[in-house]
Parts: sequence; structure tokens; C-alpha cells
Amino acid sequence: MSSYIEGILMLSGINLIAVLGLSLLTGFAGLFSFGHAGFMAIGAYSAAVCTKLLGLPFVAAIAAAALVAAGVSWLIGRATLKLKGDYFCIATLGFGEAIRLILDNFQGLGGARGWPGIPPRTTLLNILILDVIGVVLLANLVRSRHGRNMIAVREEELAAKVAGIDTFRYKMLALVISAAYAGVAGALLGHYMTFIQPKMFSMVKSTELTIIVIFGGLGSISGSVLGAVVLTFLPELLRAVDKWRLVVYGLAVIGIMIGRPRGLMGGFELTPKSIRAHFARRREERAIKAGRAAEDGDEALSGEADGKGGL
Amino acid sequence: MSDILQVRGLTKRFGGLAAVNDVDFDVREGGISGLIGPNGAGKTTIFNLITGVYKVSSGTVSFGGRDITDLEPHRIAGLGVTRTFQNIRLFKNLTVFENVLTACHASASYGLADSLLRLPRFRREEKAIMDKADGLLEILGLSDRKDAIANGLPYGLQRRLEITRALALDPKLLLLDEPAAGMNPDETEQLMRLIGEIRDRFKLSVLVIEHHMDLVMGLCERIVVLNFGQKLADGVPDAIRGDQRVVEAYLGGGDK
Repeated sequence: MSSYIEGILMLSGINLIAVLGLSLLTGFAGLFSFGHAGFMAIGAYSAAVCTKLLGLPFVAAIAAAALVAAGVSWLIGRATLKLKGDYFCIATLGFGEAIRLILDNFQGLGGARGWPGIPPRTTLLNILILDVIGVVLLANLVRSRHGRNMIAVREEELAAKVAGIDTFRYKMLALVISAAYAGVAGALLGHYMTFIQPKMFSMVKSTELTIIVIFGGLGSISGSVLGAVVLTFLPELLRAVDKWRLVVYGLAVIGIMIGRPRGLMGGFELTPKSIRAHFARRREERAIKAGRAAEDGDEALSGEADGKGGL
Repeated sequence: MSDILQVRGLTKRFGGLAAVNDVDFDVREGGISGLIGPNGAGKTTIFNLITGVYKVSSGTVSFGGRDITDLEPHRIAGLGVTRTFQNIRLFKNLTVFENVLTACHASASYGLADSLLRLPRFRREEKAIMDKADGLLEILGLSDRKDAIANGLPYGLQRRLEITRALALDPKLLLLDEPAAGMNPDETEQLMRLIGEIRDRFKLSVLVIEHHMDLVMGLCERIVVLNFGQKLADGVPDAIRGDQRVVEAYLGGGDK
């Protein structure tokens, strides 16, 4: 594999971890955040401190990144989760920018010029391992009473409350877990680039993560996976069109959202069971159309037939 | 028979307006009570105060002898007071089964680690609450719609699902906010029977807000009448029917 392709794969794997976390918060608990790059920054800097200054092993640095990001998110959550929808969103935006500006002005960790010389510990293998762990844990979470309670908050907060769900607690849980994912992604990014700079974690990065989650489909883990891979590769494929690259990227995202407002996978989950069900349905359809010529224009993988929402 | 719910001096002010003003009433354990009154009389506000959705301005609400006045809604629900809403509030994009299963959460106690790692405790308890949800759907006659998306159900079934979801919490007191709104006489009749059956089967007490006089008079053992946020009358259906002030409030009477 060329190192170029490998590099993009690694970046999409790293993005995926942050996206998975944000997917829990936005897609399942229904809270929009435009400050998740802030949690990535916290993770990246904490992990770099662990390996570069304290000489700790990479695993410990990743754990520390998750914990510090989660801890900060808990404090932020205490202050902002009582806010209603849009106001919470604005608060996260402020948080993300605040983190970036603090790091910009904190000379001890390189300030705005960035912090070079972070040991290159991130490999494709450890990214893949963390991706798999991230997907499995998230899938287990959303299909448990804890996950269902988060979904209930998204669906109808008042009804969730009178159904005995402590909505504040579950919003907090979603926020803390999603921040931990972002922290891990930040740690991996720092040890992949070997250089971190506050500018890397600006609002543009936060927005990119949110775009991926919505593009992949709210409430779908497989959608988030697909979104992270597609939208990390797309700008690279578009290098051919040079300076029009981001314009085309933007148009592609808009096009998809018009064509599929619920995102690529919106509400639909790609699991062995759902794939079998899909093929079973297609077989039935084909049996019905038996007399006529077989039509199979659609991609079998698209899950097109199942437009309805769900867990 | 003792009182499961006691409301004393309950008042809710929105700015200068007292939506509910110094209201006292009791709900008997195991009984079906009605809360009636013209539009804007403060009925739904009282439900919101009992369930903690609104903060009480003054007065107390006690449930089973325990003061629940300032508790959070989810704590009140946990103690056994659940409700439905006048404008149905389901988890719209989830299936019928998921709606009920979500509300069964309190019957399981596995922790976050059990969920994340799929430990045996998770499997055991999850199986138990799934059976419970199935059982409830069976009793309420929604089994054949189990996998339908809640939002797509006919109106009457949405109301029924909302009641099922409330029952999933094993409530001791069920508050129904205009359960017959928008139903035809046939459906209303059916609903009356259903409410009676639920009370007997689940051994709970019911407080129902209703405009359909037939339903209230036929179903409730005691009725509280509100007007302009104040209690107008309180008693058995026959007494309420004969009460001059109630008739005036509903039909428009002499000057106030």
C-alpha cells in the first residue's frame, strides 16, 4: 500500500473515532455540538504531555487523553446542559473556540506556533484496533437501556422525563462519552502528525465532524463509519480539480443532503441481520416480478428499501 | 379506603396570573377520579404541577403520604406517578415495541459496564424487560403493531400506546390528560372500558381530565370541578351533576 493511501486511511480512521463520539451525542441523544474539536485538542495536548514530557507509554497517553477530555466535558456539561437545544449548541461553539485561544496563548505547550517533536506512535494497526473497539462499545451502548434513554431524550424530552428518565444525567453521559472519543482521536492525531497546533482544532474541524455525522445519517453508527471514510477520502480524490476542491466538496455534501435528507444511512443500520432482511425483501420483490424481466438497477448495499427510522 | 394523592393549597402563578389558585383535593387509592372544568380552568396545569413538570408556586402535593412537591419529574415518575399528555407525546420515530421497552428501563438495574461489555447481567435483565414489554403490548392489544413506527399509528392507537408506555413504569397513580380527545362515541366507549380494566388489572388509581361528560360521569367515582384556576366543587357524579355552580360554569350563567 502506498504511504499516501495509508496516510488517508489513518486520517479517516482517526476522524472516525471523533465522529463516533459525536454521533452518540448528536445522532442518538439529539444534542448538536460545534465545539468537539476542543475536546480533540484537549486529548491531543494531554497525550503529548504524557509521552513527550512524562515519558509514559502510548496506551497510558490515550487513556489520559480520554479521561481529561471526559473530565473537562463534565465540567462544561454541568454549566451548559441545562440550556435548551440551540443555546447548548452556541455554548459548545464558545467552548471550542475558548480552548483553541487558550492553547494559542499558552507558551508552555508551543502556543500558536504549535508543538513539534511528538513521538510518532500512531500506526494504522492501533487506529484500526481502536476503531473496532469504538464501534463495538458504541453499538453495545445504544442497544441498551442507557442508549434507549438517550434516544428517548432526542425523541421527546418531556415524555422521557415523565417516563422516569433522568434526562440531565443521560445528556451528561452522552456528552462525557463523546468527549472521551474525541480525546482519543486527538491523541492519535497528535502522534500521527508528530506536530500539533491550536489552529488544527478550530471551529472548521468541529463543523467537519458534525457534517460527517449528518452526512452519514443521524442515529446510524454504520452511517457515521461510511461518512467518515467517504468524507475524508473525497477531498483527496478532488485534488485533481485543484483550487475548486472545497467547492466541489461542499456541492457534493449539499447534493447528498438534498437527495437523502436523512443522510446516507439515516436511521438505518448496516448489520448482518439488516443485510439478510434486505436481501430477503429483494428476493420477494423479484418473485413478484417473476413474469417481467428482472430489474436490478439499484445497488444491493444501499438499504434504499428501508427508509424508516429506528434505533 | 385511604387517599393516595393529597393536594393542598396548590397554587401556580405565571407572572401575575394565577393559573391554579389554592386548590385542595384528594385522589382515593384504587379509585378513578375525574378533573373537569371549562377550557383554561387549570386542569393540565395541575397535572404539570403533580408530575413536577412545573414548579409549584405554593402549596403541597403528597403521594402515598410522601411530600413530592419539589421533586424532579423523573423522581416523581420513579415513585409511581405517570401520565399521558393532551397532545400525545410518543417517541415518534421508534417502533411501538421500542416505545414501551424504553419505558421499562426502571425494571432493569444493570450498569453502564454491563451494557458496554454485554455482561451476563445485561443479557438476563434485558430479556426480562423485553418479556415485560411484550406482555404489556399483549394486554393492551398492540402486539400485532409491535414493529410499526409510533408516528404512523392511527390516532386512537397512539393514545393507547401512550397509556401502555405509562404502564411500563408500574405506576400506582396514572394521570390521563383528555384520553378521549378526538375520539368518536364508539372509541370513547371502548376507552372507558379500557380505563376500568387497567385500574382493576394493574391495581392502580386513576385521575383523568376529560371534557366528554358521558365518560366522566360514567367512569369516575369522584369528580373535582375547576373554574378559573379554583376549585368549584368536589364530590360524587350525582352531586356534581346537580350542582348549580357547575352547571353555570359550563353553560354560562349569571354575572360573576
